[in-house]
Amino acid sequence: MDHFPLSWGRPRNDAVDLYSTYPVNERQRHGPKNDAFTDGVQHTQQPIVTGTSVLAIKYKDGIMMAADCLASYGSLARFKDISRLHSVGQYTLIGAGGDMSDFQYLQHLLDDLMIEEYTSEDGHKLGPDEIYHYLSQVMYARRSKMNPLWNSLLVGGFKDGKSFVGYVDLLGTTYTASTLATGYGAYIAQPLLRRAVEGRETTMTEEEARAIIQECMKVLFYRDARSLNKFQIATVTERGVQIGDAISSETEWSFAEKIRGYGSQTQ
Amino acid sequence: MALAQPLYADQHRPIQHQFNPYAENGGTILAIAGKDFSVIAGDTRQTEGYSIQTRYAPKVFKLTDRAVLAVNGFQADCSTFVKKVKQRIEWYRHAHSKQMPLKAIARMIQGMLYGKRFFPYYTYNILGGIEEDGTGAVYSFDPVGSYEREACRAAGAASSLIQPFLDNQIYFKNQTPAPGAAPFEPGNLPMDTVLSIVIDSFTSATERHIEVGDGLEMFVVVAPGRDVAGVQSLGAEELPALTPEGERIFVLRRDLKKD
Repeated sequence: MDHFPLSWGRPRNDAVDLYSTYPVNERQRHGPKNDAFTDGVQHTQQPIVTGTSVLAIKYKDGIMMAADCLASYGSLARFKDISRLHSVGQYTLIGAGGDMSDFQYLQHLLDDLMIEEYTSEDGHKLGPDEIYHYLSQVMYARRSKMNPLWNSLLVGGFKDGKSFVGYVDLLGTTYTASTLATGYGAYIAQPLLRRAVEGRETTMTEEEARAIIQECMKVLFYRDARSLNKFQIATVTERGVQIGDAISSETEWSFAEKIRGYGSQTQ
Repeated sequence: MALAQPLYADQHRPIQHQFNPYAENGGTILAIAGKDFSVIAGDTRQTEGYSIQTRYAPKVFKLTDRAVLAVNGFQADCSTFVKKVKQRIEWYRHAHSKQMPLKAIARMIQGMLYGKRFFPYYTYNILGGIEEDGTGAVYSFDPVGSYEREACRAAGAASSLIQPFLDNQIYFKNQTPAPGAAPFEPGNLPMDTVLSIVIDSFTSATERHIEVGDGLEMFVVVAPGRDVAGVQSLGAEELPALTPEGERIFVLRRDLKKD
């Protein structure tokens, strides 16, 4: 008698497990080696074309977000004019690091959602909070299917006089804080942002906010090998979402000449 | 017949790097039951690895007028789980025109956790509140639903630091009563003693564990008719209740070190 229901009705292999005494999970599979159906489904196992850090802060008039324009292919700087900031309706902005094709899928998903909301004509408009929760549910549902959308996302917005910034990633992990940074920015920019912003969320001017964001993007360009000195700064305020043109920072590399292994020394 | 090879299937397949659907987001939770009250507490730091993601992410949630749930572990699972528990509790209230009793919530939580036995919620749950007989209670759970009612429990990143302290202070382990004195009885301490044990536990855990700190939230659930002057004098905020004469819930907030 085979006591394991899972192996009932299957051909027994007397050469290996004569008396069917091995637990099911240790037993050799009979029949075809590969299951054509499970092997046919490819899930995202790793990101391919990737974006690096995104930064976001709260300030007096709303929120500010920044991301550079690079989409890398491994260590190759593959696409250098990509926008990783995307507006959703008139109150919300999202910024993405991680896999760019997954991000484009999310852009389509959100665009479709906003069209559906618009056509329903129910007098309601989705704000940053709703978009944030929607995204977190999508991300968590996909991780639970073991088929994640490989991104770290920042959601920012301003609606009814309230600023909002939030983080969502491929696991469905979420949090909010007055300063946020994804990827390398979490290590390099986040301490600078916290020092500049914490406690000043309601007093910091747009000029000050822009200055600290630019400083952080410059530091990231110096230190993050997957970054590009061409980035966009976007704001969401009472006036709606404004995604700026690509800009760059003034950099200074003369110090590199004196560092062995950095410049053109031969030994 | 002799087995020449181990039975593990297909050794010729390439090893695939598998996506890990879980993370560990630090923080610690703790609950202590008194005779006619219950204290449920958690810090507010959320981490991943060595990074602090945010200094304010609540881990303790009011479920009903007499039940409070603390969750810890993988943040995405925690918030999903709390959302589903709250939804089931609301459905219960609509179906039965009363709030779900604490022991019923405890059994429901075990069912919901065990329901995902083969893809578990990576969450450690501690449920605290007032039982139908008016006693303070704490229920603690493991991620797959094993649960028991206890006088106290710590869970999460610093549980190994706090639980031995509670064993000593709440269960009186390694203590002996003075000659002629009454034997110790766990779960009988006054509220101010319990609150100072909670605060001390978290300040100490903050000193010694990098994933604990920033802020402390203590929910105090009080049995109907009990004197609340003590907790009010500490600056507690009272949460709105559905039934005016029933149990009351207060929230006490304290800062913890941010380094």
